[in-house]
Amino acid sequence: MIVATRKNVRELKQLLAPYQRIAVLGCGTCVTVCLAGGEREAGMMASALRMASRLDGVEKDIRDLTIERQCDDAFIDEAWKSLDEADAILSLACGAGVQALAHRFPGKPVFPGVDTQFIGILEEQGIWAEKCIACGHCRIGSYGAICPVTRCAKHILNGPCGGSHDGKCEVNPDTDCAWQLIYDRLKAIGEEYRMEEIAPLADWSLSNEGGCRKIIREDQRI
Amino acid sequence: MHHTSEFEPQILAFCCHYCAYAAADLAGTFRAQYPTNVRIIRVPCSGKVDPMHIMQAFEHGADGVLVAGCLEGGCHFLEGNLRAKRRVSLLRQILDEIGIKSDRLRMVNLSSAMGQTFANTVTEFTEQIRELGPSPITNNIPRGKLR
Repeated sequence: MIVATRKNVRELKQLLAPYQRIAVLGCGTCVTVCLAGGEREAGMMASALRMASRLDGVEKDIRDLTIERQCDDAFIDEAWKSLDEADAILSLACGAGVQALAHRFPGKPVFPGVDTQFIGILEEQGIWAEKCIACGHCRIGSYGAICPVTRCAKHILNGPCGGSHDGKCEVNPDTDCAWQLIYDRLKAIGEEYRMEEIAPLADWSLSNEGGCRKIIREDQRI
Repeated sequence: MHHTSEFEPQILAFCCHYCAYAAADLAGTFRAQYPTNVRIIRVPCSGKVDPMHIMQAFEHGADGVLVAGCLEGGCHFLEGNLRAKRRVSLLRQILDEIGIKSDRLRMVNLSSAMGQTFANTVTEFTEQIRELGPSPITNNIPRGKLR
């Protein structure tokens, strides 16, 4: 899932200062699961912003609503009327959701209500960890399903480096060495021989380094 | 502008059925005196208190909110009070961001036998809120209209 974190109320109050009628839009997918921008968080943020504005002597019409998925036009349609009536939209979705709304409402200011952090998983209750940087060419089959591009600070495909110490990374001693994890995992599944394989040069043009990506599938077009 | 001496705080206390609510009951049984500013809402566990309940309390004009749960380690549901503590901590941070003093929200831990402690805590909290003055949220609302 895409993991995001809550933005500071002060920052949002400042962003939304010029607008009177504001729709706080939660998203029912990733940001609900990571407890940053779901129905509950949208309600909390709307309440916080109403109070913060009132402290400045301004009574604003700030309402919250939540749709299933903000990165999809079909779901935005469900809330179209409420959103269209607002002077501005505060989207608690990831960056994709915010931009989908901006695309859908060309004449309306849309602001992000969360900081989108990464693609990750819930490691344990209250702890989310990054697992994928969407590099465009998944190689983790060679690494026991542990991604060195994401989880190794140096992104090295032929590791480990010399900085692995007691299973921890030299960049941050709190971080597990991805290559230690890869070795342990390959050993557990009986595929240690993969450590000997040399990974060829990676084509980073497939990642975001090559610019904004787009996928066109002719079989799916109508 | 409210003069401090005329100001009677409106305080909401979310009290766990198994401890603080029973402690309040006990305080009443032995006629312990405590301010009438506090309105008690009985909850099955302090862990049942949704952050939104507290936000709504402040938005509707509460001057202070107490969340009263069992002593740590003594929760009937094992760790509801510990969860409440963490939620209160986050909410205090959000209140500060809004511009409401976080001291207006407090978590306390009691057992059902601590009737006098309940009375003392409520008295002390009421005095603290009296010192802080009316909630800034209510500045533009006539106090009679608070919900």
